[in-house]
Amino acid sequence: MTPPSPLSRLDLNLLVLLLGAAILWFVPAGMKSYGIYVISFWLVMSIAAMGLNLTLGYAGLKSLAQAAFLGIGAYTTALMTAKGGIAGPVWSWPLAFLASGALTFLAGILLGFPALRVKFHYLAFVTLAFATLMFLIFRNEQWLTGGVYGFPNIPRPTLFGVKLLNDLAFFRFLLVVTLALSVAMWWLLRSPWGRAFMALRENPLRAASLGVNLRSYTLLAFAIGAGYGGFAGALYAPMVEFIDPAPFAISASFVLLLTVVVGGQGYFLGPFLGAAFSYVLPEMLRVTGGYYLLVYAALVLALLLVSPQGLLGLVEKLRERRRVKAAQAMRDASKVMLEARP
Amino acid sequence: MSARDHLARGAPMLRVENLSKHFGGIRAVDDVTFEVNEGEILGIIGPNGCGKSTLFNCILGQLQPTDGRVTLGGEEITGLFPADLNRRGVSRTFQLLQVFPNLTVRENLILAGQEHVGSMMSRLFGPRDAGLGTAAEKMIGFFNLGHLADSKAGGLSYGQQKLLDAAMAFMAGPRLVLLDEPAGGVNLTMLASLKERLRAINREQGATFVVIEHNMDFVMSLCDRVIVMAEGKVLATGTPDEIRADPAVIEAYLGH
Repeated sequence: MTPPSPLSRLDLNLLVLLLGAAILWFVPAGMKSYGIYVISFWLVMSIAAMGLNLTLGYAGLKSLAQAAFLGIGAYTTALMTAKGGIAGPVWSWPLAFLASGALTFLAGILLGFPALRVKFHYLAFVTLAFATLMFLIFRNEQWLTGGVYGFPNIPRPTLFGVKLLNDLAFFRFLLVVTLALSVAMWWLLRSPWGRAFMALRENPLRAASLGVNLRSYTLLAFAIGAGYGGFAGALYAPMVEFIDPAPFAISASFVLLLTVVVGGQGYFLGPFLGAAFSYVLPEMLRVTGGYYLLVYAALVLALLLVSPQGLLGLVEKLRERRRVKAAQAMRDASKVMLEARP
Repeated sequence: MSARDHLARGAPMLRVENLSKHFGGIRAVDDVTFEVNEGEILGIIGPNGCGKSTLFNCILGQLQPTDGRVTLGGEEITGLFPADLNRRGVSRTFQLLQVFPNLTVRENLILAGQEHVGSMMSRLFGPRDAGLGTAAEKMIGFFNLGHLADSKAGGLSYGQQKLLDAAMAFMAGPRLVLLDEPAGGVNLTMLASLKERLRAINREQGATFVVIEHNMDFVMSLCDRVIVMAEGKVLATGTPDEIRADPAVIEAYLGH
């Protein structure tokens, strides 16, 4: 038998998601603020990677601009919620969050237009150009973003009249938002839209001949993926309370790409695993001192050599191997029986 | 009731008028005119490179014809995009296998119908199967794919994938289906089953078919009428029996 399709596997994923969220609610209780920061950062980057996983993993559109969307979201939220931002009066965080998502959604549509004309690595270069442009704006337009001096004093959101200054409280708030965004993504992927996105990845020509509007779905895949980058940015800014252009540079877009690939493109839980690999593992490897980059690079190389489909691809491969072995055992058994027959 | 009895039983559904497609100096399709009546099964045969596939691609919007026009039920459809054509009830299969390997058989079928029901919004917030669960189930049963319904399409045998490919073309209840070499690479047992299924759909849904095929037995036993093409032109048109007896056809194609 062939393995179940990614779509039927999605229901199990929701269960894992809910269980994981319940466990994570309690995990950091005894942690110091550094530990809480690391897992908060992991959640934020998981959201950004989830968006890229939709664009790249499900719809098959090569994008190298996810960190730029993260930046747009972060600066939008900073400008809207902090004193001294050009957006005038201080807006509440939920509004800034929605604005960050909406703005990146629109930017994603714009970036999606080239994707209607160019494919594969050509498309990757177009998105790379966009990421470069955004980084230059973050760095050089000092009047807007603070440039290399950064943007300080980004306030934490206020919930039910309580400002989330406590790191644990902010983490739990982050966890709830992450869960909500994950469930929304889960719903999207199991809807007919999700099926159309996958069709876009697997065979656009055939999809078009079945009435799938390639234009709409391509733009949507870009826009929703970018929107998740914007949402992640809106969470990132108040988490760190100070932003500068560095985390939104081209290299950061590459790390997000690595995150999606390492986790497993087109696997729902891939971004969470991948983000743990790209953002948590390096922190843990710090104990190895100067060797940590070396160890990390070796791990990435080894994984991608063994399983180009990432960590979850590796799991599926092992499961497949067990199934093949079982089938072979059955064949061998029946062969003995057949040969025993006169 | 044999397929022959359906001859000329309806009004013209598809009309191709003076269609030409030139690639540089090569006239791949040269002034081709024919029509397909409602409910008819029309076969197009001809040696390799005679322009059959180019003709298909011009009708289906994959290529822009150099000259000529195509009408569907009296309405001009020349040069429309494949997705637009599909939404007007024109469906197709491809010469090479074109299923979605990482979706299950069921998902492939639902995908083939989902863009024809509801709106973009209902496709996001509505039911997961777009309300096509029963229709897909019926199609799975009809093409004897029941035991494979939840397997990935990529894991099916070639013949089974061909059946799925054909089944997908019928999910949206099309008026006109263009089949590009449906029998290519399919074993004899599967071929008989495919032919019988195509006939049944033609009878029950009243769908009109145009079939490009190399397998002569398959074409002659399936089609009401056959067009023979050679070097981009229509060489002969007639019932399978007339075609078999036509000296020009024997010379150009059957004789070898």
